[in-house]
Amino acid sequence: MKLLELLGYFNYWVFAIILTVGLYAVISKTNLIKKLIGLSIFQSAVFLMYITMDKVEGGTAPIIQAGVENQIFSNPLPQVLILTAIVVGVSTLALGLAMVVRISECYGTIEENEILDAD
Amino acid sequence: MIFIFAVFLLTLLVITAIAIVRTEDLFVAVMLTSIFSLLMAANFFILDAADVALTEAAVGAGVTTVIFLCALALTGDREKPRQGSRWITFSTVGVLALLIIYATFDKPRLGDPDAPVHQHVAPWYLEKTPEYIDIPNVVTAILGSFRGYDTLGEVFVVFAACIGVLFILGVRPPRKAVALSDKSKGLRHHLIPQVVGRLLIPFIVLFGLYVQFHGEYGPGGGFQAGAIIATGIILYALLEGEANALRAVPRKVLLGMVVGGAMLYGAVGVVCMLMGGAFLDYSVLASDPVFGQQLGILIIEAGVGMAVCGALLSIFHAFAAREGLS
Repeated sequence: MKLLELLGYFNYWVFAIILTVGLYAVISKTNLIKKLIGLSIFQSAVFLMYITMDKVEGGTAPIIQAGVENQIFSNPLPQVLILTAIVVGVSTLALGLAMVVRISECYGTIEENEILDAD
Repeated sequence: MIFIFAVFLLTLLVITAIAIVRTEDLFVAVMLTSIFSLLMAANFFILDAADVALTEAAVGAGVTTVIFLCALALTGDREKPRQGSRWITFSTVGVLALLIIYATFDKPRLGDPDAPVHQHVAPWYLEKTPEYIDIPNVVTAILGSFRGYDTLGEVFVVFAACIGVLFILGVRPPRKAVALSDKSKGLRHHLIPQVVGRLLIPFIVLFGLYVQFHGEYGPGGGFQAGAIIATGIILYALLEGEANALRAVPRKVLLGMVVGGAMLYGAVGVVCMLMGGAFLDYSVLASDPVFGQQLGILIIEAGVGMAVCGALLSIFHAFAAREGLS
Protein backbone atom coordinates (compact mmCIF):
# COMPACT_ATOMS: atom_id res chain seq x y z
CA MET A 1 0.00 0.00 0.00
CA LYS A 2 2.84 2.33 0.96
CA LEU A 3 4.55 1.63 -2.36
CA LEU A 4 1.35 2.23 -4.33
CA GLU A 5 0.86 5.54 -2.53
CA LEU A 6 4.35 6.60 -3.54
CA LEU A 7 3.72 5.51 -7.12
CA GLY A 8 0.72 7.84 -7.12
CA TYR A 9 3.26 10.64 -7.38
CA PHE A 10 5.25 8.95 -10.14
CA ASN A 11 3.49 10.91 -12.91
CA TYR A 12 4.44 14.17 -11.22
CA TRP A 13 8.07 13.07 -10.88
CA VAL A 14 8.19 12.21 -14.56
CA PHE A 15 6.66 15.62 -15.23
CA ALA A 16 9.43 17.28 -13.18
CA ILE A 17 12.20 15.34 -14.94
CA ILE A 18 10.90 15.90 -18.48
CA LEU A 19 10.29 19.58 -17.71
CA THR A 20 13.87 20.09 -16.55
CA VAL A 21 15.32 18.01 -19.41
CA GLY A 22 13.52 20.33 -21.82
CA LEU A 23 14.70 23.39 -19.89
CA TYR A 24 18.28 22.08 -19.96
CA ALA A 25 18.13 21.83 -23.77
CA VAL A 26 16.76 25.37 -24.03
CA ILE A 27 19.47 26.82 -21.77
CA SER A 28 22.58 24.89 -22.66
CA LYS A 29 22.27 23.99 -26.36
CA THR A 30 23.45 26.55 -28.89
CA ASN A 31 21.73 25.00 -31.91
CA LEU A 32 18.45 26.85 -32.48
CA ILE A 33 16.53 23.79 -33.71
CA LYS A 34 17.68 21.86 -30.64
CA LYS A 35 16.41 24.72 -28.50
CA LEU A 36 13.01 24.47 -30.18
CA ILE A 37 12.95 20.70 -29.63
CA GLY A 38 13.73 21.39 -25.97
CA LEU A 39 10.90 23.88 -25.83
CA SER A 40 8.44 21.33 -27.22
CA ILE A 41 9.59 18.74 -24.65
CA PHE A 42 9.02 21.36 -21.94
CA GLN A 43 5.55 21.97 -23.35
CA SER A 44 4.72 18.24 -23.41
CA ALA A 45 5.70 18.02 -19.74
CA VAL A 46 3.12 20.67 -18.88
CA PHE A 47 0.51 18.76 -20.88
CA LEU A 48 1.36 15.63 -18.90
CA MET A 49 0.85 17.47 -15.61
CA TYR A 50 -2.58 18.76 -16.62
CA ILE A 51 -3.74 15.37 -17.88
CA THR A 52 -2.42 13.69 -14.71
CA MET A 53 -4.62 15.98 -12.65
CA ASP A 54 -7.76 15.00 -14.59
CA LYS A 55 -7.63 11.32 -13.64
CA VAL A 56 -10.22 10.05 -11.15
CA GLU A 57 -9.86 6.64 -9.60
CA GLY A 58 -12.10 4.09 -11.33
CA GLY A 59 -13.14 6.76 -13.80
CA THR A 60 -13.44 6.54 -17.54
CA ALA A 61 -13.22 8.95 -20.47
CA PRO A 62 -15.93 11.62 -20.11
CA ILE A 63 -18.31 10.24 -22.75
CA ILE A 64 -21.76 9.63 -21.32
CA GLN A 65 -23.28 6.29 -22.27
CA ALA A 66 -27.04 6.03 -22.45
CA GLY A 67 -28.62 3.65 -19.96
CA VAL A 68 -25.59 3.37 -17.68
CA GLU A 69 -26.18 4.83 -14.23
CA ASN A 70 -23.67 6.19 -11.71
CA GLN A 71 -20.67 6.28 -13.96
CA ILE A 72 -17.51 7.94 -12.69
CA PHE A 73 -15.90 10.27 -15.23
CA SER A 74 -12.48 11.80 -15.28
CA ASN A 75 -12.37 15.57 -15.30
CA PRO A 76 -13.11 16.86 -18.83
CA LEU A 77 -11.90 20.43 -18.27
CA PRO A 78 -8.08 19.90 -18.33
CA GLN A 79 -8.60 17.73 -21.41
CA VAL A 80 -10.29 20.58 -23.28
CA LEU A 81 -7.53 23.01 -22.32
CA ILE A 82 -4.73 20.66 -23.41
CA LEU A 83 -6.46 19.51 -26.60
CA THR A 84 -6.50 23.05 -27.98
CA ALA A 85 -3.04 23.78 -26.54
CA ILE A 86 -1.50 20.92 -28.56
CA VAL A 87 -2.74 22.34 -31.87
CA VAL A 88 -1.74 25.88 -30.91
CA GLY A 89 1.65 24.44 -29.85
CA VAL A 90 2.38 23.00 -33.29
CA SER A 91 1.45 26.23 -35.07
CA THR A 92 3.64 28.38 -32.83
CA LEU A 93 6.45 25.82 -33.22
CA ALA A 94 6.12 26.18 -37.00
CA LEU A 95 6.42 29.95 -36.59
CA GLY A 96 9.64 29.47 -34.60
CA LEU A 97 11.03 27.08 -37.22
CA ALA A 98 10.20 29.57 -39.99
CA MET A 99 12.29 32.18 -38.15
CA VAL A 100 15.16 29.69 -37.76
CA VAL A 101 15.03 28.98 -41.51
CA ARG A 102 15.27 32.70 -42.27
CA ILE A 103 18.15 33.10 -39.79
CA SER A 104 20.00 30.23 -41.43
CA GLU A 105 19.50 31.83 -44.87
CA CYS A 106 20.83 35.19 -43.70
CA TYR A 107 23.71 34.04 -41.48
CA GLY A 108 24.53 30.65 -42.97
CA THR A 109 24.43 29.02 -39.53
CA ILE A 110 21.96 28.20 -36.78
CA GLU A 111 24.48 28.01 -33.93
CA GLU A 112 23.75 30.81 -31.49
CA ASN A 113 27.37 31.72 -30.70
CA GLU A 114 28.30 31.92 -34.39
CA ILE A 115 25.34 34.19 -35.06
CA LEU A 116 26.41 36.45 -32.19
CA ASP A 117 29.98 36.52 -33.55
CA ALA A 118 28.72 37.46 -37.01
CA ASP A 119 26.80 40.46 -35.68
CA MET B 1 -1.76 -4.18 -14.32
CA ILE B 2 -2.51 -1.02 -16.26
CA PHE B 3 -0.62 0.80 -13.53
CA ILE B 4 2.59 -1.13 -14.15
CA PHE B 5 2.18 -0.47 -17.88
CA ALA B 6 1.82 3.26 -17.15
CA VAL B 7 5.01 3.25 -15.08
CA PHE B 8 6.80 1.43 -17.90
CA LEU B 9 5.60 3.98 -20.48
CA LEU B 10 6.55 6.93 -18.29
CA THR B 11 10.04 5.52 -17.77
CA LEU B 12 10.42 5.11 -21.53
CA LEU B 13 9.27 8.72 -21.88
CA VAL B 14 12.08 9.95 -19.61
CA ILE B 15 14.68 7.84 -21.45
CA THR B 16 13.50 9.17 -24.83
CA ALA B 17 13.60 12.78 -23.59
CA ILE B 18 17.19 12.38 -22.34
CA ALA B 19 18.21 10.67 -25.61
CA ILE B 20 16.71 13.56 -27.63
CA VAL B 21 18.76 16.10 -25.72
CA ARG B 22 21.98 14.05 -25.78
CA THR B 23 22.17 13.15 -29.47
CA GLU B 24 24.08 15.49 -31.79
CA ASP B 25 22.36 14.28 -34.94
CA LEU B 26 19.28 16.46 -35.33
CA PHE B 27 17.61 13.95 -37.67
CA VAL B 28 17.78 11.33 -34.90
CA ALA B 29 16.48 13.91 -32.42
CA VAL B 30 13.44 14.63 -34.60
CA MET B 31 12.67 10.94 -35.07
CA LEU B 32 12.92 10.44 -31.30
CA THR B 33 10.56 13.40 -30.83
CA SER B 34 8.02 11.49 -32.90
CA ILE B 35 8.41 8.44 -30.66
CA PHE B 36 8.20 10.70 -27.61
CA SER B 37 4.85 12.04 -28.84
CA LEU B 38 3.50 8.56 -29.46
CA LEU B 39 4.48 7.46 -25.94
CA MET B 40 2.88 10.62 -24.59
CA ALA B 41 -0.32 9.83 -26.50
CA ALA B 42 -0.41 6.32 -24.99
CA ASN B 43 0.01 7.88 -21.54
CA PHE B 44 -2.83 10.31 -22.17
CA PHE B 45 -5.02 7.38 -23.17
CA ILE B 46 -4.24 5.53 -19.94
CA LEU B 47 -5.13 8.70 -18.02
CA ASP B 48 -8.64 8.64 -19.62
CA ALA B 49 -8.02 11.50 -22.02
CA ALA B 50 -9.07 9.86 -25.30
CA ASP B 51 -9.56 13.14 -27.17
CA VAL B 52 -6.17 14.48 -26.14
CA ALA B 53 -4.47 11.19 -27.05
CA LEU B 54 -5.97 11.35 -30.54
CA THR B 55 -4.77 14.94 -30.98
CA GLU B 56 -1.27 14.22 -29.68
CA ALA B 57 -0.90 11.17 -31.95
CA ALA B 58 -2.03 13.06 -35.07
CA VAL B 59 -0.27 16.36 -34.36
CA GLY B 60 2.78 15.39 -32.32
CA ALA B 61 3.79 12.19 -34.07
CA GLY B 62 2.57 13.20 -37.54
CA VAL B 63 2.54 16.88 -38.45
CA THR B 64 5.24 18.16 -36.07
CA THR B 65 7.75 15.59 -37.31
CA VAL B 66 7.16 16.50 -40.96
CA ILE B 67 7.51 20.24 -40.27
CA PHE B 68 10.73 19.63 -38.30
CA LEU B 69 12.12 17.53 -41.17
CA CYS B 70 11.24 20.27 -43.69
CA ALA B 71 13.11 22.78 -41.54
CA LEU B 72 16.10 20.41 -41.18
CA ALA B 73 16.30 20.06 -44.97
CA LEU B 74 16.74 23.84 -45.13
CA THR B 75 19.19 24.30 -42.26
CA GLY B 76 21.32 21.15 -42.02
CA ASP B 77 21.05 18.30 -39.56
CA ARG B 78 24.33 18.33 -37.61
CA GLU B 79 24.64 20.05 -34.28
CA LYS B 80 28.08 21.41 -33.44
CA PRO B 81 29.47 20.13 -30.14
CA ARG B 82 29.51 22.79 -27.51
CA GLN B 83 32.70 23.91 -25.82
CA GLY B 84 33.00 24.96 -22.21
CA SER B 85 31.65 23.62 -19.00
CA ARG B 86 27.98 22.86 -18.65
CA TRP B 87 28.08 22.03 -14.96
CA ILE B 88 26.46 25.32 -13.98
CA THR B 89 23.41 24.68 -16.18
CA PHE B 90 23.36 21.06 -15.14
CA SER B 91 23.34 21.83 -11.43
CA THR B 92 20.78 24.64 -11.78
CA VAL B 93 18.42 22.36 -13.66
CA GLY B 94 19.06 19.50 -11.24
CA VAL B 95 18.21 21.66 -8.23
CA LEU B 96 15.06 22.82 -10.00
CA ALA B 97 14.02 19.20 -10.65
CA LEU B 98 14.53 18.31 -6.98
CA LEU B 99 12.53 21.37 -5.89
CA ILE B 100 9.61 20.44 -8.15
CA ILE B 101 9.71 16.82 -6.94
CA TYR B 102 9.71 18.09 -3.35
CA ALA B 103 6.70 20.27 -4.17
CA THR B 104 4.74 17.34 -5.66
CA PHE B 105 4.39 15.78 -2.20
CA ASP B 106 1.86 18.53 -1.48
CA LYS B 107 -0.19 17.59 -4.52
CA PRO B 108 -3.14 15.21 -4.26
CA ARG B 109 -2.25 11.65 -5.21
CA LEU B 110 -3.04 10.38 -8.74
CA GLY B 111 -6.76 9.63 -9.09
CA ASP B 112 -7.82 11.20 -5.80
CA PRO B 113 -11.55 12.03 -6.26
CA ASP B 114 -11.37 14.71 -3.52
CA ALA B 115 -8.66 16.73 -5.26
CA PRO B 116 -9.50 20.44 -5.52
CA VAL B 117 -9.43 20.29 -9.32
CA HIS B 118 -12.50 18.00 -9.28
CA GLN B 119 -14.51 20.24 -6.94
CA HIS B 120 -14.90 23.41 -9.00
CA VAL B 121 -16.85 23.68 -12.29
CA ALA B 122 -16.08 20.22 -13.71
CA PRO B 123 -18.93 18.39 -11.87
CA TRP B 124 -21.31 21.08 -13.07
CA TYR B 125 -20.26 20.49 -16.69
CA LEU B 126 -20.69 16.73 -16.31
CA GLU B 127 -24.10 17.15 -14.68
CA LYS B 128 -25.53 19.80 -17.00
CA THR B 129 -24.28 18.54 -20.38
CA PRO B 130 -27.16 16.03 -20.85
CA GLU B 131 -29.67 18.70 -19.88
CA TYR B 132 -28.42 21.68 -21.91
CA ILE B 133 -26.70 20.11 -24.91
CA ASP B 134 -27.54 16.40 -24.81
CA ILE B 135 -24.50 15.01 -26.59
CA PRO B 136 -22.52 12.11 -25.09
CA ASN B 137 -19.00 13.56 -25.39
CA VAL B 138 -18.64 16.09 -22.56
CA VAL B 139 -15.24 17.22 -23.87
CA THR B 140 -16.81 18.33 -27.15
CA ALA B 141 -19.67 20.01 -25.27
CA ILE B 142 -17.24 22.08 -23.17
CA LEU B 143 -14.96 22.80 -26.13
CA GLY B 144 -17.74 23.93 -28.44
CA SER B 145 -20.30 25.48 -26.17
CA PHE B 146 -19.45 26.08 -22.50
CA ARG B 147 -15.98 27.39 -23.29
CA GLY B 148 -16.66 28.47 -26.88
CA TYR B 149 -14.88 31.81 -26.41
CA ASP B 150 -11.66 30.00 -25.51
CA THR B 151 -11.82 27.81 -28.57
CA LEU B 152 -12.52 30.80 -30.81
CA GLY B 153 -9.38 32.41 -29.40
CA GLU B 154 -7.33 29.28 -30.07
CA VAL B 155 -8.55 29.09 -33.66
CA PHE B 156 -7.46 32.68 -34.19
CA VAL B 157 -4.03 31.90 -32.69
CA VAL B 158 -3.63 29.07 -35.22
CA PHE B 159 -4.80 31.46 -37.95
CA ALA B 160 -2.31 34.14 -36.85
CA ALA B 161 0.58 31.66 -36.64
CA CYS B 162 -0.21 30.43 -40.15
CA ILE B 163 -0.23 33.98 -41.51
CA GLY B 164 3.06 34.62 -39.69
CA VAL B 165 4.75 31.58 -41.27
CA LEU B 166 3.50 32.61 -44.72
CA PHE B 167 4.87 36.13 -44.24
CA ILE B 168 8.27 34.99 -42.94
CA LEU B 169 8.80 32.33 -45.60
CA GLY B 170 7.03 34.25 -48.36
CA VAL B 171 9.92 36.69 -48.92
CA ARG B 172 12.39 35.79 -51.64
CA PRO B 173 15.48 33.90 -50.39
CA PRO B 174 18.80 35.79 -50.58
CA ARG B 175 20.41 33.18 -52.82
CA LYS B 176 19.52 32.84 -56.47
CA ALA B 177 16.52 30.66 -57.13
CA VAL B 178 17.07 27.46 -59.08
CA ALA B 179 14.62 25.26 -60.89
CA LEU B 180 12.80 22.54 -58.98
CA SER B 181 15.17 19.65 -58.39
CA ASP B 182 14.54 15.90 -58.32
CA LYS B 183 13.18 16.29 -54.82
CA SER B 184 9.86 17.49 -56.21
CA LYS B 185 9.27 14.06 -57.74
CA GLY B 186 8.60 12.66 -54.29
CA LEU B 187 9.07 8.97 -53.61
CA ARG B 188 7.54 7.81 -56.87
CA HIS B 189 10.54 5.65 -57.73
CA HIS B 190 10.21 3.67 -54.48
CA LEU B 191 7.70 0.86 -54.91
CA ILE B 192 6.84 -0.04 -51.32
CA PRO B 193 6.02 3.46 -49.94
CA GLN B 194 4.08 4.04 -53.14
CA VAL B 195 1.85 0.97 -52.78
CA VAL B 196 1.37 1.32 -49.02
CA GLY B 197 0.72 5.05 -49.31
CA ARG B 198 -1.87 4.66 -52.08
CA LEU B 199 -3.62 2.08 -49.93
CA LEU B 200 -3.55 4.18 -46.76
CA ILE B 201 -4.33 7.73 -47.91
CA PRO B 202 -8.06 7.24 -48.70
CA PHE B 203 -8.62 5.57 -45.35
CA ILE B 204 -6.70 8.26 -43.45
CA VAL B 205 -8.88 10.96 -45.01
CA LEU B 206 -12.03 8.91 -44.45
CA PHE B 207 -11.07 8.40 -40.79
CA GLY B 208 -10.47 12.14 -40.51
CA LEU B 209 -13.99 12.84 -41.78
CA TYR B 210 -15.40 10.25 -39.36
CA VAL B 211 -13.57 11.89 -36.46
CA GLN B 212 -14.89 15.27 -37.59
CA PHE B 213 -18.56 14.35 -37.76
CA HIS B 214 -18.60 11.78 -34.96
CA GLY B 215 -16.96 14.16 -32.50
CA GLU B 216 -20.20 14.67 -30.58
CA TYR B 217 -20.56 10.95 -29.86
CA GLY B 218 -17.03 9.65 -29.46
CA PRO B 219 -13.53 11.03 -29.07
CA GLY B 220 -12.88 13.52 -31.82
CA GLY B 221 -13.80 16.88 -33.22
CA GLY B 222 -12.49 19.62 -35.44
CA PHE B 223 -8.95 19.87 -34.06
CA GLN B 224 -8.21 16.16 -34.40
CA ALA B 225 -9.95 15.80 -37.77
CA GLY B 226 -8.12 18.80 -39.23
CA ALA B 227 -4.78 17.34 -38.16
CA ILE B 228 -5.61 13.83 -39.45
CA ILE B 229 -6.78 15.03 -42.87
CA ALA B 230 -3.71 17.28 -43.11
CA THR B 231 -1.51 14.24 -42.36
CA GLY B 232 -3.17 12.27 -45.15
CA ILE B 233 -2.58 15.03 -47.70
CA ILE B 234 1.01 15.58 -46.49
CA LEU B 235 1.61 11.85 -47.03
CA TYR B 236 0.28 12.29 -50.58
CA ALA B 237 2.65 15.24 -51.08
CA LEU B 238 5.62 13.17 -49.85
CA LEU B 239 4.78 10.28 -52.16
CA GLU B 240 3.72 12.06 -55.33
CA GLY B 241 5.74 15.25 -55.03
CA GLU B 242 4.63 18.62 -53.78
CA ALA B 243 3.49 19.89 -57.19
CA ASN B 244 0.95 17.09 -57.52
CA ALA B 245 -0.39 17.73 -54.01
CA LEU B 246 -0.80 21.41 -54.90
CA ARG B 247 -2.64 20.40 -58.05
CA ALA B 248 -5.04 18.32 -55.95
CA VAL B 249 -5.53 20.97 -53.26
CA PRO B 250 -4.32 24.38 -54.54
CA ARG B 251 -2.87 27.06 -52.27
CA LYS B 252 -5.87 29.30 -52.77
CA VAL B 253 -8.19 26.59 -51.48
CA LEU B 254 -5.99 26.13 -48.40
CA LEU B 255 -5.98 29.85 -47.63
CA GLY B 256 -9.73 29.91 -48.21
CA MET B 257 -10.09 27.08 -45.68
CA VAL B 258 -8.03 28.92 -43.04
CA VAL B 259 -9.86 32.20 -43.45
CA GLY B 260 -13.25 30.59 -44.08
CA GLY B 261 -12.97 28.29 -41.06
CA ALA B 262 -12.10 31.09 -38.66
CA MET B 263 -14.77 33.36 -40.16
CA LEU B 264 -17.40 30.59 -40.01
CA TYR B 265 -16.78 30.23 -36.27
CA GLY B 266 -17.03 33.97 -35.71
CA ALA B 267 -20.07 34.23 -37.98
CA VAL B 268 -21.98 31.68 -35.89
CA GLY B 269 -21.40 33.92 -32.88
CA VAL B 270 -22.64 37.00 -34.75
CA VAL B 271 -25.71 35.13 -36.05
CA CYS B 272 -26.50 34.17 -32.45
CA MET B 273 -26.37 37.86 -31.52
CA LEU B 274 -28.61 38.83 -34.46
CA MET B 275 -31.15 36.22 -33.38
CA GLY B 276 -31.38 37.77 -29.95
CA GLY B 277 -28.93 35.69 -27.90
CA ALA B 278 -25.47 36.38 -26.52
CA PHE B 279 -22.32 35.96 -28.63
CA LEU B 280 -21.82 32.18 -29.22
CA ASP B 281 -25.01 31.29 -27.31
CA TYR B 282 -26.28 28.65 -29.74
CA SER B 283 -29.61 28.07 -27.96
CA VAL B 284 -31.35 30.66 -30.14
CA LEU B 285 -30.31 29.03 -33.42
CA ALA B 286 -33.35 26.70 -33.46
CA SER B 287 -36.75 26.73 -31.84
CA ASP B 288 -35.61 23.92 -29.52
CA PRO B 289 -32.65 25.26 -27.46
CA VAL B 290 -31.02 21.82 -27.13
CA PHE B 291 -31.14 21.28 -30.90
CA GLY B 292 -29.82 24.83 -31.36
CA GLN B 293 -26.80 23.95 -29.18
CA GLN B 294 -26.14 20.76 -31.18
CA LEU B 295 -26.43 22.65 -34.47
CA GLY B 296 -24.07 25.37 -33.25
CA ILE B 297 -21.46 22.84 -32.10
CA LEU B 298 -21.67 20.98 -35.42
CA ILE B 299 -21.07 24.19 -37.41
CA ILE B 300 -18.24 25.56 -35.27
CA GLU B 301 -16.52 22.13 -35.26
CA ALA B 302 -16.64 22.22 -39.07
CA GLY B 303 -15.07 25.70 -38.95
CA VAL B 304 -12.34 24.51 -36.56
CA GLY B 305 -11.61 21.48 -38.77
CA MET B 306 -11.30 23.61 -41.90
CA ALA B 307 -9.10 26.21 -40.20
CA VAL B 308 -6.73 23.66 -38.61
CA CYS B 309 -6.41 21.51 -41.75
CA GLY B 310 -5.83 24.55 -43.96
CA ALA B 311 -3.33 26.11 -41.56
CA LEU B 312 -1.21 22.96 -41.14
CA LEU B 313 -1.14 22.30 -44.90
CA SER B 314 -0.29 25.94 -45.71
CA ILE B 315 2.59 25.79 -43.22
CA PHE B 316 3.84 22.51 -44.74
CA HIS B 317 3.69 23.92 -48.28
CA ALA B 318 5.44 27.12 -47.20
CA PHE B 319 8.40 25.08 -45.89
CA ALA B 320 8.39 22.65 -48.82
CA ALA B 321 8.29 25.44 -51.44
CA ARG B 322 11.28 27.07 -49.74
CA GLU B 323 13.17 23.84 -50.22
CA GLY B 324 12.62 23.99 -53.98
CA LEU B 325 13.78 27.62 -54.13
CA SER B 326 17.00 27.64 -52.14
